[in-house]
Amino acid sequence: MTFLSSIFKRRSSAPVARDRLQILLAHERIAVGDGKDDLLAKLHREIMEVIKRHVAVDQDKVQIKMDRGAQCSVLEIDVEVPGLTDRAENAKKD
Amino acid sequence: MAKVLVVTSGKGGVGKTTTTAALGAALAKAGQSVVLVDFDVGLRNLDLVMGAERRVVFDLINVIQGDANLAQALIKDKRVDTLSLLPASQTRDKDALTPEGVAKVIADLSKKFDWVICDSPAGIERGAQMAMHHADMAVIVTNPEVSSVRDSDRIIGMLDSTTEKAKAGEKMEKFLLITRYDPQRAARGDMLGTDDVLEILSIPLLGIIPESADVLKASNVGAPVTIAEPDSAPARAYTEAARRLMGEKVEVTIPTERKGLFDWLFKRRVA
Repeated sequence: MTFLSSIFKRRSSAPVARDRLQILLAHERIAVGDGKDDLLAKLHREIMEVIKRHVAVDQDKVQIKMDRGAQCSVLEIDVEVPGLTDRAENAKKD
Repeated sequence: MAKVLVVTSGKGGVGKTTTTAALGAALAKAGQSVVLVDFDVGLRNLDLVMGAERRVVFDLINVIQGDANLAQALIKDKRVDTLSLLPASQTRDKDALTPEGVAKVIADLSKKFDWVICDSPAGIERGAQMAMHHADMAVIVTNPEVSSVRDSDRIIGMLDSTTEKAKAGEKMEKFLLITRYDPQRAARGDMLGTDDVLEILSIPLLGIIPESADVLKASNVGAPVTIAEPDSAPARAYTEAARRLMGEKVEVTIPTERKGLFDWLFKRRVA
């Protein structure tokens, strides 16, 4: 069975290579660009600026994850904001 | 005014030096005056592939630093008299390649030759950037293999952003040369096909060089494949690519090995 199926369902590797390259390069072209418009770095920086405008953030308490897919990518930014709870607690005390 | 052409790839070992030698020799055989400039300072090999390793006295760095003039450093090919070589230095380091020095050498060579072909080192560092900086056109050598295609994409990005032409807002002419191509493996779906590579990199195709033992044989004896084995499949592919560089319209085909009746019978019997 395995022998027969390996003959008839022989998967070629070139299409896999092509698809992997297309996904990778679509991202690298944005990310590398000409060194100026690194989209993720820009997003990261600007999102951080907005957060900093309102609360004090510790750089170590920020986690950034990236998952690149064919259709869409997920940029996950996890920011721990201690200031808000403090303020909320202060508000309760008042 | 000469055409300044850079042969580049990003990845090492894909055939830049082989291509520089073969295309240069093919252009020279077609009557063009050609100089090949090795930019791989510290790891020069174009002299060896051209069979001129024992004739190197002065090199590119000597010329840049004013220790020798161009006429003293240029090595004339003994087989094709319109072909010359400017070797890289084997002992200095890449920092000796100053932008002003390289610019002057390229400008001086442009006055003397129809083609100045710059053989880029691998990588994207100083040597590679110097080799591409003054180019009018680029040949990107790519193997049908994922890492080579990825690196070529990166190099194409650099050609469009960091070169003199790009900074002047002009368009750099770029051509793709697929080397080490095996039509049978591509047909079986075990190797990226030319359409796949073209679709991904989307620059015009200059040629497809089939994988062949003749390329190694030629470098063994220190001759460009277009001189050592001019009738071989890779040499015919390089010769056609050279004609396309000169502006001729030649349809891209993949030359195959010409097999005699004996080879054919022998192959049949083995199989």
